[in-house]
Amino acid sequence: MSIAQDVSNQRSKPDNYLTHDRGFRSWALTLDHKRIGLLYMMFVLSAFLLGGTFAVLLRTSLLTPNHWMFPSDPAHDTQAKLFYNNMFSLHGAVMVFMFIIPAIPAILGNFMLPMMLGAKDVAFPRVNLLSFYIYMLGATFFSWVLIGGILRTAFNIHLPFGFGLDTGWTFYTPFSTSKAEDGMVAGVLGAFILGFSSILTGVNFIATIHTLRPRGMTWFRMPLFLWALYATSIIQILATPVLAITLLLLVAERLLHVGIFDSSLGGDPVLFQHFFWFYSHPAVYIMILPGMGVISEIISVHSRKHIFGYSFIALSSVALALLGFLVWGHHLFVAGQSNLADSIFSLLTFSVAIPSAVKVFNWLGTLYRGSIRFTPAMVFALGFILLFTVGGLTGLFLGALATDVPLHDTYFVIAHFHYVMVGSMVFAFLGGMYHWFPKMFGKMCNQNWGRAAAIMLFIGFNLTFFPQFVMGAHGAPRRWATYPAEFQPYHVMSTIGAYIMAISLITVALNWLAGLLWGRPAPANPWGGNSLEWHTPSPPPYDNFPTPPVVDDPYNLSAWEYDASIEGWVPRKTDPASATAPADRTRPVTH
Amino acid sequence: MGAMLNILADVGGGFWMPPQASDMAGDVDWLFFFIFSICVFFFGLILVLLVVFSWKYRYREGQPMLDAPKHNTALELTWTFIPTVIVIVIFFYGFKGYLRMSVPPPDAYEVDVTARMWSYTFTYPNGEKSDVLHIPVNTPVVFVMSSDDVIHGFYMPVFRLKKDIVPGRYNKIWVQAKKLGTFDIFCTQYCGQDHSAMRNHVVVESREDFVAWLGKLGGGSLPPAERGHYLWQTRGCSMCHSVDGSATGKAPTWKELFMTPVQAMDGSYMADENYLHDAISHPNIHPIAGFQPIMPPTEGLLNDKDIGDIIAYIKTLSSHYHPAKLPGHPALAPAASQPSN
Repeated sequence: MSIAQDVSNQRSKPDNYLTHDRGFRSWALTLDHKRIGLLYMMFVLSAFLLGGTFAVLLRTSLLTPNHWMFPSDPAHDTQAKLFYNNMFSLHGAVMVFMFIIPAIPAILGNFMLPMMLGAKDVAFPRVNLLSFYIYMLGATFFSWVLIGGILRTAFNIHLPFGFGLDTGWTFYTPFSTSKAEDGMVAGVLGAFILGFSSILTGVNFIATIHTLRPRGMTWFRMPLFLWALYATSIIQILATPVLAITLLLLVAERLLHVGIFDSSLGGDPVLFQHFFWFYSHPAVYIMILPGMGVISEIISVHSRKHIFGYSFIALSSVALALLGFLVWGHHLFVAGQSNLADSIFSLLTFSVAIPSAVKVFNWLGTLYRGSIRFTPAMVFALGFILLFTVGGLTGLFLGALATDVPLHDTYFVIAHFHYVMVGSMVFAFLGGMYHWFPKMFGKMCNQNWGRAAAIMLFIGFNLTFFPQFVMGAHGAPRRWATYPAEFQPYHVMSTIGAYIMAISLITVALNWLAGLLWGRPAPANPWGGNSLEWHTPSPPPYDNFPTPPVVDDPYNLSAWEYDASIEGWVPRKTDPASATAPADRTRPVTH
Repeated sequence: MGAMLNILADVGGGFWMPPQASDMAGDVDWLFFFIFSICVFFFGLILVLLVVFSWKYRYREGQPMLDAPKHNTALELTWTFIPTVIVIVIFFYGFKGYLRMSVPPPDAYEVDVTARMWSYTFTYPNGEKSDVLHIPVNTPVVFVMSSDDVIHGFYMPVFRLKKDIVPGRYNKIWVQAKKLGTFDIFCTQYCGQDHSAMRNHVVVESREDFVAWLGKLGGGSLPPAERGHYLWQTRGCSMCHSVDGSATGKAPTWKELFMTPVQAMDGSYMADENYLHDAISHPNIHPIAGFQPIMPPTEGLLNDKDIGDIIAYIKTLSSHYHPAKLPGHPALAPAASQPSN
């Protein structure tokens, strides 16, 4: 009754969340989780553009061993190095704090989480808006400081408060407290502010999943994306406050010379590393877990098959979140930590490999005997599986102590984390955007261009980062503005790959833009998913569900059949003898 | 299996690895290729499954989907248990190798390493210092390392050895080199502007050559100004101060420095012996206009005699210095023709 009704209104409803209220204030003061998701999208994608531009500049600078972009006299030599050091710090800081950590939770999570629960919004809509404004404040402040540094070092343009950051995104002491440029304090405060956005999002998601699950949707009948977001939110609320305090201690050390981290005042520089990585290692699970959740959704829907091993995937997300808190010391393997600590952290580090492996095998199990459509989302998801496998396996070299010693702080590590952060997380993000684009905007993108961009990005990515494994194994240290000539061939390959990546991402952006402007109107369910967001028109109405959807197993894809006339999926005419057993279907959503 | 893996790890340096200059390097490479083999196997397996499934189960119009289970507990336990065993094995070998790397033999030859932005100084048991590392072949050598300012790294790729150099504490690593030659030392912990220029060399030589080289260290028998030039080369001063008038951007040149006014942030000072002594022994108290106050501390690096010799050398670089020449004693030759080490 209810699904058929709202699905029959698939052609653009006159009123949806985009048209419901107009004017600047209706967006600036919106409490609608969908609009907040789009607001985040604008800023987070801008951060991606900023961080990516500097990645391309960095790679361009590294084409020759001696930073060819500046004249080679000694004064310019100093300037070139300060510029490079600001560039790599900006690239890391913007990408980590302003792009990767918020990307999937704040954009796709904000949009889809309430809808997947059949709810009208998150538990605390005002807190949601607040977390967006905190993000905007932190991001604006942080970018100003960082870009100011670039302008100063490259062009001698001095912005007020444009101090720059040259410590790397890791702010290690005592360099950051005694030698770094003055912008360090402002930069750290920018990161401090951004952390609160992350914490509040986490609080909101946990509360929403606990309290707004509809009757009949037990924990093990939630879509896996929600398990992923739940696990991510746990990390966000437990770990981010530790970073906040650490950054405040860093500022206190710099301004008040308290003596916690500065050895000349009796402090311990390695203590900072412990505090910092206690957050920053779980942070990488904040980055990857939502991506894994997206992949579970895409692989299932686009191969028309129930996810394989639901319970194991769900529990592996929680396991990763918890185990991720026990391994931070592997960032300190060569820092001078005790042999005992090194050994314990090495053993614990290997434990995180297991849940990751379990997921990859379950995704392959989902593809088995499926009916695979190579939509852009699926192409990104398949790329994810391969690149995440490489990223995860190369973690084995770094988790083993004897091999970590030569590889630590070399390009091998850079390649490893880019395989998981870009090859995996960015691929998952882009796949998720393609998967939910029709729902969010009510338009379809050109699928051929999307596929081409995905393949091009896969090729460019491997060309950029695989040579870095070899270069690192040969001894090339990281964060080097100049390098010995023997490493040049690897750098050149890497830079060419970076340009291919840039072209691919521009293609994606244009593909989305063209879809927004000229794409054909999207049906309510273009891919045939069964989670609740597909049970409402595209784009959704302001209050999400004109009629409450029925709770079902979210992977019961056989409840839908393809209707060529609308190029979308419609509920299969229920034959009492077929499809799901009565026990799988329950009453309409009530809260 | 071990022999086969060692063939992959080309002892002279191959596709993946630099040359192996110690037995420890060989052990590390063995583990690298052990893990590599496991990676190739699993990546290959996943790639093949992915490609085969994508092809075999691609959507074809009109083809019905085959029945398939939604879970399989036996499979789940298998692919949980097997990776667990594999990672425990990897951990074990990594741990074993690491213990060998971390615990130096009790009779190791000790070299102290001091790092600062952006150079290393190596101090030998005879008290002499050098800015280049020499070690005898086939002898265990332990490095006792500390930093004067920020955290640096000490990495010798051919030995597969690395440790951070931390201020306020000593970190130790040890090596027994088996190959003669000159190899790279790289700084691996970001330390500011010239982090990527903080490179050095380790020279592995026979015991006889090493002892001979050690004997020539210190330049103790050189006259003051010549010894000052030697110290300029070996104690890190040359990283930032030129002696030929060229601008490095990091510190003032020593050419034409003596007895000329120096423009500091807090006034102008005449660069006489007293000024130079203060500037060397207490860096940065009068920061100089146009330069960052980045000179590292010299306590422990230069004693009073060293400072005196450096001042003597700086004087010879200035046209304001023309001491009387005694008959029969030639005037000091300028810096450029000083004997090099």
